[in-house]
Amino acid sequence: MTLQEQWIALSTIIRKEIVRFMRIWVQTLIPPVITVTLYFVIFGKLIGSRIGEMGGFSYVEFVVPGLIMMSIITNSYGNVVSSFFSVKFQKSIEEVLVSPTPNYIILFGYVFGGVIRGLLVGIIVTAVSLFFTTLTINNLPVTIGIVILTAIVFSLAGFFNALFARNFDDISIIPTFVLTPLTYLGGVFYSIKLLPEFWQGVSQLNPVLYMVNAFRYGILGTSDINVTSAFIGVMVFIVILSSACLYLLSHGTRLRS
Amino acid sequence: MTTALSIRSLKKVYSNGFEALKGINLDVEEGDFFALLGPNGAGKSTTISVICSLALKSAGSIRIFEHDIDNDFSAAKKCIGIVPQEFNFNQFEKVYDIVANQGGYFGLPRALSEQRTEKYLKQLGLWDKRNDTSRSLSGGMKRRLMIARALIHEPKLLILDEPTAGVDIELRRSMWAFLKEINAQGTTIILTTHYLEEAESLCRNIAIIDKGEIVEHTSIKSLLQRLDKETLIFDLKNELTATPVFEKCESTLIDSFTLEVVVSKEHSLNYVFGCLNEQGIQVTSMRNKSNRLEELFLSLVENDKG
Repeated sequence: MTLQEQWIALSTIIRKEIVRFMRIWVQTLIPPVITVTLYFVIFGKLIGSRIGEMGGFSYVEFVVPGLIMMSIITNSYGNVVSSFFSVKFQKSIEEVLVSPTPNYIILFGYVFGGVIRGLLVGIIVTAVSLFFTTLTINNLPVTIGIVILTAIVFSLAGFFNALFARNFDDISIIPTFVLTPLTYLGGVFYSIKLLPEFWQGVSQLNPVLYMVNAFRYGILGTSDINVTSAFIGVMVFIVILSSACLYLLSHGTRLRS
Repeated sequence: MTTALSIRSLKKVYSNGFEALKGINLDVEEGDFFALLGPNGAGKSTTISVICSLALKSAGSIRIFEHDIDNDFSAAKKCIGIVPQEFNFNQFEKVYDIVANQGGYFGLPRALSEQRTEKYLKQLGLWDKRNDTSRSLSGGMKRRLMIARALIHEPKLLILDEPTAGVDIELRRSMWAFLKEINAQGTTIILTTHYLEEAESLCRNIAIIDKGEIVEHTSIKSLLQRLDKETLIFDLKNELTATPVFEKCESTLIDSFTLEVVVSKEHSLNYVFGCLNEQGIQVTSMRNKSNRLEELFLSLVENDKG
């Protein structure tokens, strides 16, 4: 395929993905907004007002960046894992597999779809958060950079999960038993400085902690971790996950008999 | 003439150890209408899956219009359009989008893809359904949708895996007419089917595959010439109480108005009608007991079992 043909194939996959999640917007865009709004109301306003300050900010100011990041993570992951597993389950993935579209275009197409949904939900959640607090951006490049890279990491992870999944249980195991604990223990609701030293060390093994704190640094200018190491870590994850996905695609794992 | 498809020593062993293809060789010439026949589980769909890279081959080589599917996969894939046996489109996607997007996967600019989508949906009688989701279509419409999707990049080789399975007679005939038309326009067609009447009326050349091996690879004409006898059924005008005797043919009275006669190749139908005339038996109609190709197919597959 020429570069122009590859671009057409890529834009076709991305367009199809956007049409898919916009067609079912009640399932894809509204639930995360309702969930996060409840978090804002309960943790930000009702409980948060009694907690006081966290890291030098009011509790609602502290949790908003974490909650925005949490919705980006879950939606970019959820979009790719459900979309790609669905085309695998219905065998409509064969439409692409019989075409000359290279594997990396298939991967990029689905990942871009996940990134776009993650960012769209992130923007809506950010807009809702403005009803509960004021947001000023401390460092725009860090904020935008970490958001996009995080959405890419979790879109890739969703693709990896969908490639391996044999049934619908397999696509809910990772979000339930891995993603949710990592997110909740990743510094969304608290600063790890509140933890005993041992658990601070354990927390630093959690990749979500770096993404949430880098984003919080971009918004508030405060972080529990080194922001540069967060960017390096995220880039390493992108390289590892994309290499693994391309390897599996080239070997037809769970796609070609 | 260019070879549209050339398969050499193709083997496929599944992960459970089942050897689906045992080193088959197959050639299909450009412009041919070719039938790939075989009983269930013989290896037809596996062959097609490997050609379209939906299954990975264990050994051997495949060339599509001189493009090797391993070394020149992009050019090879652009030459192939596939209509699979099972419906494999997104049930929630619109008919129009399914076809237009397929053009995108083949690198067609959107405007061209949309232009061809309209052309093929109209030709296949699906234009009125373009905004419907694919799951709302009838079985026959779904089959036609898969044909439209396979044609969007105007492939030189169209492969159809049992395209008329479960389709009513009227629709089957219209699909035959459509396939004949695109074959006449130059598209090479490979067809697998269980309807041997379909293969006989559409195809010029044939391969019969059984237990992962090609047991016959010839023209339909030369295959039919090998038929050494035919079983004919005569519907009679008057009631018979005893089986009429034919010196040179076997005959059986199925019921008092239906006679079965096995005519060998060296005897003409004139001989049979002569005998019937002599015995004062009047015939209202006559037909083959089974499709001629079906008799050969069964004998070839039976021989292979022996």
